[in-house]
Amino acid sequence: MVEFNGWDMPVEYPASIGGGIIKEHMAVRTGVGIFDVSHMGDIRLAGPQALAAVQHISMNDASKLAIGQAQYSALLYPQGTFVDDVIVHRLGEDEYLLVINAGTREKDFNWVRDNTRQFDCAVENLSDDFTQIAIQGPKGVDLLQKLTDADLSKVKFYWVTRGKLCGLPNILMGRTGYTAEDGFEIYVPADENTSARVWNEILAAGREFGVVPCGLGARNTLRLEGKLPLYGHEISDTINVWEAGLDRFCKMEKPEFIGREALEKAKAAGVKRTLVGSEMTDRGIARDGYKVQDESGREIGYVTSGSPAPFLKKNIALAYVPVEHSAVGTKVKVEIRGQGVEAVVVPTPFYKRPKKV
Amino acid sequence: MPYPADRKYTKEHEWIQVNGNTATVGITDYAQESLGDIVFVETPKVGAELTAGKTFGTVESVKAVSDLFAPASGTVTEVNADLATSPEKVNKDAHGSWMLKMTLKNPSELDGLLSPADYEKFVAEEAGH
Repeated sequence: MVEFNGWDMPVEYPASIGGGIIKEHMAVRTGVGIFDVSHMGDIRLAGPQALAAVQHISMNDASKLAIGQAQYSALLYPQGTFVDDVIVHRLGEDEYLLVINAGTREKDFNWVRDNTRQFDCAVENLSDDFTQIAIQGPKGVDLLQKLTDADLSKVKFYWVTRGKLCGLPNILMGRTGYTAEDGFEIYVPADENTSARVWNEILAAGREFGVVPCGLGARNTLRLEGKLPLYGHEISDTINVWEAGLDRFCKMEKPEFIGREALEKAKAAGVKRTLVGSEMTDRGIARDGYKVQDESGREIGYVTSGSPAPFLKKNIALAYVPVEHSAVGTKVKVEIRGQGVEAVVVPTPFYKRPKKV
Repeated sequence: MPYPADRKYTKEHEWIQVNGNTATVGITDYAQESLGDIVFVETPKVGAELTAGKTFGTVESVKAVSDLFAPASGTVTEVNADLATSPEKVNKDAHGSWMLKMTLKNPSELDGLLSPADYEKFVAEEAGH
């Protein structure tokens, strides 16, 4: 167990119950794994101007969301850098739920509240009201279907539904996740009895699929293979949207949102550095913070996240490098304990889940 | 778990098995369990000089890098080639997986190391924290 942004969380589960980072990672890629992600935060915006409020603080276009639909987005500072990344869910006519990172719960809530005062919209911090459990993997939907009366086959990826779950009424279930696999995230009442009961019922229902509980270690290796950003690493308050390569979630055609002006200027000035994927070609593991060098050994950038990739069986990393060094196939070095070890820039995401036949 | 009687142990969780003036070195079962899945081991080259208590390489799990500390001073004579291709063997059998063999410069250094019983006690205290 480790301390993670104020939460006591497992890095991995004991080998005696089928745990371990590699086993947990592989379970999610080939079967199903479950995660207690209650550390994530939840902010609800509701009222006649809820959409306008969301549009002001979020870079993606929430007006495109039908009721029950969700989208990946980010809250930006006026400089076009990141307050946090977020999943925006439209729950009702004028009701939106923002699911945010654990480490930024308070910062995000204050940011949302302080930047939406001008809109006729209530902003509530519901983070402590929910226990959030992620059920991820090709068998994830089958597992959850055993526990709910909602017809999950009707819920497309990045849509949500409500239904009875483990006897609890009207439970929100979203076809979202942080693993680059299919699956759901469910939100149940946070009291300990309910939470423990639901967790255990999921484990029991998942036994036939080989379900494995998964910790932070696998959570990180799974999202890394899928090139999903982690706040404080690929995105932060000193990195802008273009550098992070999140252009497709940033709708500049929206006339106004916090950060838009700075992003326009940054685009006109030309982006200097960019996030690339890399793979070690010589023996060694690139890790967070390691320096990246060009072929001659000159320092050109740094690793934002690096680790062995259990499914791909390679040592991969995401790194910021100057645009001149960002083409796929560019040879680079990663400084590992004083030595430059050879690596190459590769396409991302490193892993994409196979299309369902 | 009982630690093999034919060797001595360090507080950094290495074991050293002596045969005359040469010794075999590895990490303990407690070490492999704490580390989790081992994916990479970096060892010195044959001929390298080791100094007791100083680092001689690293063992990496998915999550972290850990230093390996020399239990004794001497010269490396052999390195286990298995470590490069199958580091997970160390998880499966830490006491049966050797990392390197060495000649001992100063065999009396071993007097300061832990007996199997003392190591077991040490581990029990560490695990209790």
